[in-house]
This record gives sequence, C-alpha cells and structure tokens, in this order.
Amino acid sequence: MLKLEARPEPSRVWTYASPLLALVITVLIGTLMFAALGKDPVKGLQMFFWLPIQSGYAWGELLVKATPLLIIALGLAVCFRSNVWNIGAEGQYIIGAIFAAGVALMADRTTGAWIVVPILLAGVLGGMVWAGITALLRDRFHANEILVSLMLVYVAVQLLSYLVGGPWKDPMGFNFPQSKTFEAVTRIPRLFTGSRVSIGVFFALLGVIGLWIFLFRTRAGFSLQVGGLAPAAARYAGFSSRKALWTALLISGGAAGLAGALEVAGPIGQLTPYVPAGYGFAAIIVAYVGRLHPVGMVLSALLMSMFYIGGELAQSRLGLTKSLTGVFQGLLLFSLLACDTLVNYRLTLHKRRSA
Amino acid sequence: MESYALLLAATLNAGTVLALASLGLLINEKVGIVNLGAEGMMLCAAIAGFATVVTTGSDVMGFAAGMVVGAVLAGMFGLLVIWLNTNQYATGLALTLFGTGFSAFVGTSFVQAKIPERAAFAVPYLSDIPWLGAALFRHHPLVYLTVLFALGLIWFLYRTRSGLIMRSVGESPESAHALGYPVRLIRLLAVMVGGALCGLAGAYISVIYTPLWVEGMVAGKGWIALALTTFATWRPARVLLGAYLFGGVTMLQFHLQGIGVDVPSQFLSMLPYVATIVVLALISRNPQWIRINMPTSIGKPFYPGA
Repeated sequence: MLKLEARPEPSRVWTYASPLLALVITVLIGTLMFAALGKDPVKGLQMFFWLPIQSGYAWGELLVKATPLLIIALGLAVCFRSNVWNIGAEGQYIIGAIFAAGVALMADRTTGAWIVVPILLAGVLGGMVWAGITALLRDRFHANEILVSLMLVYVAVQLLSYLVGGPWKDPMGFNFPQSKTFEAVTRIPRLFTGSRVSIGVFFALLGVIGLWIFLFRTRAGFSLQVGGLAPAAARYAGFSSRKALWTALLISGGAAGLAGALEVAGPIGQLTPYVPAGYGFAAIIVAYVGRLHPVGMVLSALLMSMFYIGGELAQSRLGLTKSLTGVFQGLLLFSLLACDTLVNYRLTLHKRRSA
Repeated sequence: MESYALLLAATLNAGTVLALASLGLLINEKVGIVNLGAEGMMLCAAIAGFATVVTTGSDVMGFAAGMVVGAVLAGMFGLLVIWLNTNQYATGLALTLFGTGFSAFVGTSFVQAKIPERAAFAVPYLSDIPWLGAALFRHHPLVYLTVLFALGLIWFLYRTRSGLIMRSVGESPESAHALGYPVRLIRLLAVMVGGALCGLAGAYISVIYTPLWVEGMVAGKGWIALALTTFATWRPARVLLGAYLFGGVTMLQFHLQGIGVDVPSQFLSMLPYVATIVVLALISRNPQWIRINMPTSIGKPFYPGA
C-alpha cells in the first residue's frame, strides 16, 4: 500500500513541478467534464488554453484581466507569508473602486489629466481603510481575521449597492442602479490604441519587483516571514507580530484597492453593481499557485486570466455558462494543495505485512 | 402583536439553517478540524436538494441528496487535510471557491424552475393556540428535529464513551492515538457527518426556506455558522441559542422594513454581517477564555508516528 514518508527537506523539484502537475490534473478533469456534458473536449479546452493566447489582441485581453489579479495577489502574498489570513480582498477591492469612483465623479469637463493620480490614491486608501478594520479588530480584540475580512466583503457589496442605487445613481440612467459614466479624462491611460491594456500593467510589474526586494532584501520583509513561519522565534528576535499584522493587511488592502481603482476608472468607466468580478477570491488562488513568489504569481495570474476568458468564450461560443471559470479555479487550487504534499513527503510503496 | 409572532416564527426558521450548519461544524472542530468549505458545501447541497425536489417531487429525497453531496465534498476535504496533511484553511477555502463555481455551473438549468406548492405544516391542536401557535407550531418538522438533534448531540458528546473518545481526539490526538484509537478515521467520520449537516442546511435553504435556486443563495450563512462555533465557545447548547439569535438578526431587517423604518434596505441587509463582526470582536476580546474552551488540536494536522 502507498504510504507517505516525510522528506528530510522539501523537494526542490516538486516545488516547481507540483503546480504543473496540478494544472495537468485540472485539464484532465476538465476534459472529463466537457465529455460528460456532451461537448467536444478539444473544443472546450481550446476556449480555455488556445484562443486566449492566439493573437495579439487576445494577449491584450489576457493582460487586462491578469493585471488586477496580479496586483491583488502580490499583496495577498505578503499576508499569507506572514500567516495573516486576509481572504476579504474582494471587499477591499470594492471599497477601493468606490473611493476611486468618488474622486472620478468629481471631475468635470475642465479637469486636467492629473485627476488620474488622486483617483488611484483614493483607491489605495479605500482598500487600506477596509483592511484596516480587520487589522484593528484582530489587533485590539483578537478577532479572527478570516471571518472579519470575509464578512466585510458582504458589507462592501451592500455599500456598493446602496451608492449606485441611491446617492450616486445616474439621474439620466433610466433608473438602472449605476453611476453616470465617468468623464473621459479620468480614464486610466492606455498603452496602445486598439487594445484595452492600461498603465496598470506597469503598476503590476513594479509591484513584482517591489515585492521581490521587500521579501528577500529588506529586514522588514524578513521579520514578517519569520513571524509567519515561527512566531516564537520571531518574538525571541524581537520582531513585532502586531507590526507584521498591520503591515501585511495594509499592503494587501492597498493593493486590492489599487486594483479596484484601475478597474473602475479603466475598463469599466462607471460604478455599477458588476464591479466585483471575484478577482479578490481568484487572487487567493493566483497567490498559492504562484507559490507566493513574485515571479511565480506573474505566471499564475496569466493562467487565471485564461480561465476567466475561457469561461466567457465557453459561454458565448459553446453555450456553456461562464461559471465554468470558478469550477476550474477551484479544481486547480484543490489539485495544487494535493500535489504539494509531494514537496514535503515522499510516496513509498509498502507491502502490507501479513498479520 | 401578530407581526411579532411571525417575526418569532421567521427567526426560528432562519435559525434552523444556521443551527444545522453550525452544529455540523462544531462536530468537525471537536475533533480538531476547521472546515472553511462550509459555504461551498451548502451551495452544492442547495442546488442538489433543489434539483432533486424539482425532478422527484420528494422533499425527503431532496434533503437526502443535500446530505450526500455535503458528506462527499467533506470527505474529499477530509482526505486532503487528514491524509495528505494539506493546510486546513487553504483546503477549506478551495472547497468554498470550487463549490461556489460548481453550484452556479450545475444550477444554470434550474434558475427558472419551481417547486410545487406544498401544504402548510402545523402541529395538530397546538398550532391553534392564539399567538403561540403561529409563532412556534407551524414549522417544518426539521425545525423541531434540529432542536432534538442538538439535545442528542449534547448527550452524545458529554455522556457517552464515543463522545469522550471524539473529544479526546480533538484535545490530544497523540494521546488518543497512543491509546489505540484510529484518530484519522474518527476525524474523517466527524468531518463527513459535519458535511452532511451542512448539506442538510443547504438543502433546507433551497427547498423550504426560500424555495428556489439563485447563484450564491447561501449568502454567507456558511461563514456565519463558522463564526457561531466560536461565539458558542464550542458548546452545542450555546450554538443552538446563537443560531436563533442570528436568525433573529437576519429576520429583523424584514421586520424593520415592514414597520416602515426609514433606513435604506442595503444597510438593513448588512445587519447580520456587521452583527457577526461585532459579536466576534466582543467574544474574542479575552484570548485566555477562548483558549480554555477551544479544542486544543484545532487546525493542526496529525500524522501518526511523525
């Protein structure tokens, strides 16, 4: 019978191979699912893994969705590495979008292009405020951050619904619950004509470099991770766990808020109830599949973006529903967690001893 | 006065959903396992139960389907966290993300479906008592069964040998293992029973509570149920009480709207979530107290011989 045997040290090979194996398993299960639904599996997989990368325009769309995912995941990586379980990034993203929209709605025809800067800063601030609530309750009252941050997602959704249905509703909007379309000047600058890719990509890449330096080259980043891995050792070394908690939550909240601002003032261009697209939850998977490593997360953000686009294509071309995206995302995280066992354990074959 | 009877009735109804799920999660946590997948299991069970009732017309089959789905998903989760030693939080989260997507995916063809009208439930004679009848005795049988189940669970956990073994697995898996108890099997069993209860709660939502299917209809009740075990400091009786309390908070919004309170409906809808946060903060204020009551091995993997 198969038995798990602890490895003396984590396997380097499996650290990299496990996400790939997880992807293979996800694809296999996906193939079975398409077959079970009576759809051609080859066509189905094409929607997810070929069409999103087959042309320059498609790559642009891939980047459009990968950008918010990567930005949020970079922040979450700081949290997870310091053992702070912020799973409410979706809420921080929504509040970031709301704050950014508040600034964007103040713009009028005479406003200059500088307005983009306060819009983005407002987004960061919004996300930080929302994550700050979680930090405060955890710090002052020891309230579990998983539950608090998640509950705050539901509160944020209601707040958004109130704003677009009440004070910020577009009076000319045929009673639809949405704000008026933002002035063109508030639009996050795009990189090329003919593609929706915005300067958000630069923020994401700066974030990658910034996170790499922070984690691996600064004392603050080091102490944060020690606190996550070995709280007792961190205390002994004099690293403050409270500081780590606040740092982790404020960084990840700010990142999620920035992503919200980039979305609402970018591709969406107005505040609607459809601003939350599940990026905050998908980013958790991005972070894990990318091994909480800045470079790994670039790849996993692209992969997760493929899942999003694949789901939309499967809906428009194969008549399936786009919730397939969520199924694939969940499957990937599941398989990854299972495969990760191989990093720390070796599978060995034991003959069952006869009694 | 009559409206308060209805409010109390609605409270018991909403509380039953939370109580079932939360008692299931309590059983998990008593053996040391936290399953953050509650929301996902409840969603999958909700669509399974609803689809079964739509096709077979039998509520009992619907509940059974929900319980089976809950138990199977929990079993998957259990295999991962108990045998492969994966992180409980991450695995539970994966289950919730998967369950949310999967239920929406399977449920698309049932969005417009309707469940046949059913006769109103009433306890004979008792339901005719003025006020009390409307408040307490016109419920679905499951509402009463939930109370009985909670009482049974108290008896099982604190008055039987099996209950003692179960708790010992949660307090000290090493000692339980040394005494020769199959720790991992007991944990898996508890996780699956917990999943079945979450599944029953999910099916109750889509079959009785709001008889229809909408994506994400569990709306955070799985998470509130998770918080309830902490509120109740892992005592079944307090879980039941807390569930009714939060059922009341959920229902309060409709009552307040009914009597014309001039607050935007969205703020009333926030109530259960905000209440959860506030109570969580108040209860957790004293970490010593939580630590004394919490099953010691909670969240920690156990691997015999490691």
